[in-house]
Amino acid sequence: MYPKELRYSKEHEWAKVEGKRVRVGITKFAADRLSDIVYVELPSVGAEVKFMEPFGVVESVKAVSDIYAPVSGKVVEVNAALVEKPETLNTDPYGAWMMVVEPSNPAELDQLLDAEAYTAHVGEGH
Amino acid sequence: MDETLKRTPLYQKHVAAGARLVPFAGWEMPVQYAGIIEEHRAVRTRAGLFDVSHMGEAEIAGPGAIGFVQRLVTNDVARLAVTQALYTPMCTPDGGVIDDLLVYRVSETDLMLVLNASNTDEDLAWIRDHAGPDVRVTDRSAEIALLALQGPRAPEILQRLTAAPLGEIRYYWFRPDVQVAGRTVLVSRTGYTGEDGFELYARAADATHLWDAILTAGAREKVVPIGLGARDTLRLEAGYRLHGNDMDKSITPLEAALGWTVKLEKGEFIGADALRRQKAQGLTRRLVGFTLEGRAIARHGFAIQREGAAVGQVTSGSFSPTLEKSIGLGFVPPADVAPGQPLAVDIRGRAVPGVVTKLPFYRRGEKTAG
Repeated sequence: MYPKELRYSKEHEWAKVEGKRVRVGITKFAADRLSDIVYVELPSVGAEVKFMEPFGVVESVKAVSDIYAPVSGKVVEVNAALVEKPETLNTDPYGAWMMVVEPSNPAELDQLLDAEAYTAHVGEGH
Repeated sequence: MDETLKRTPLYQKHVAAGARLVPFAGWEMPVQYAGIIEEHRAVRTRAGLFDVSHMGEAEIAGPGAIGFVQRLVTNDVARLAVTQALYTPMCTPDGGVIDDLLVYRVSETDLMLVLNASNTDEDLAWIRDHAGPDVRVTDRSAEIALLALQGPRAPEILQRLTAAPLGEIRYYWFRPDVQVAGRTVLVSRTGYTGEDGFELYARAADATHLWDAILTAGAREKVVPIGLGARDTLRLEAGYRLHGNDMDKSITPLEAALGWTVKLEKGEFIGADALRRQKAQGLTRRLVGFTLEGRAIARHGFAIQREGAAVGQVTSGSFSPTLEKSIGLGFVPPADVAPGQPLAVDIRGRAVPGVVTKLPFYRRGEKTAG
């Protein structure tokens, strides 16, 4: 459900540290809760995103949801294929990455949860 | 979940099937089982089974019943033959839509009205307030369970469970007292999906038996239960209005583009004067379908724009699983209703371009144009 090598935000994004970059997506919990994702809005390459502020939007048939940056920095890559096939967020949430960020303050990553803490987070009151 | 919510006789079936249950109109109802899009496609290509037992049923009996309902609703009830059904708005004196209903003529004298769950109490109060001494109004909602089997394979599946010749029941006709899987039901060739299919009015105590029997009889066709989520996307593709979203007491049937249900020549009925006046003076807004570029969804309440200015509002919007496009319903000025007219919808500050689209978006048996 929640791979050990990823870090998680309380808003249900995952972050994968790849050297000096961070790859970002949404968790299986978020994808399951939304279900039937049909639309994704991603930032442009070069855009600045801020820690725990919205950087894009995910829409399912029933609802629309902001997605939050798990780290501040500059967007260096976005997954354009995802815009064409947003349903891959449901079928493969950890393969369906959204953007790659060059963090301006990598210390923010320490505020994210590990897999165990995130599992506990989604297990409570959800 | 809120303990004051009502549950249909099929509640345990939904729980056992792993449905996601949500509060809807005071009921705890399944919004989805496998997923909205998958369920939607099951109905379009095979068949799906819906629990819509939350709908209300009112029996209107007595020598004055036909004349009474004729004055309550805008469509022409006097035209109904016994075993025929009719779709109609029920309006306020101002012409606003209190609810949209189905009227079943069950005998020479008696009718059954089928009411939206969210309006059942208000409808019944309104109906009782207007009933004279020659009419008996009985709320049958709690006694009746309503199952809908919808989809191109629905007729052959249901036929396996009954000796009654279902092919003889035409669209918007019904048969009372049909034996289905050993239970007595009213079988109606109606639905809210744009597909062929049936609605079964059954005794509440028979609901689970019928539910299981239909799923078993349709196992070969992979009949699956369908939640309210897919019910909404199916009805939207079919161009059906949803009361509470696309119309309410502040909107007339003429504005909702349901002029075909308003029979001004039939004689007096509640709202007739206002509707006659509106027809003579002309509308200021009218409901249309629209299709947008891209996949962002136009939600209820979003502004519709023309040449940069707000001209109306979205009333329903969704991703269409059949067309794989963003579709919706909304109000625009009468000058802008022609199919092909450009418009835009303000989606989170972005003007997403689209065009007015002829309803329905989907018609059964047609290959859907891209």
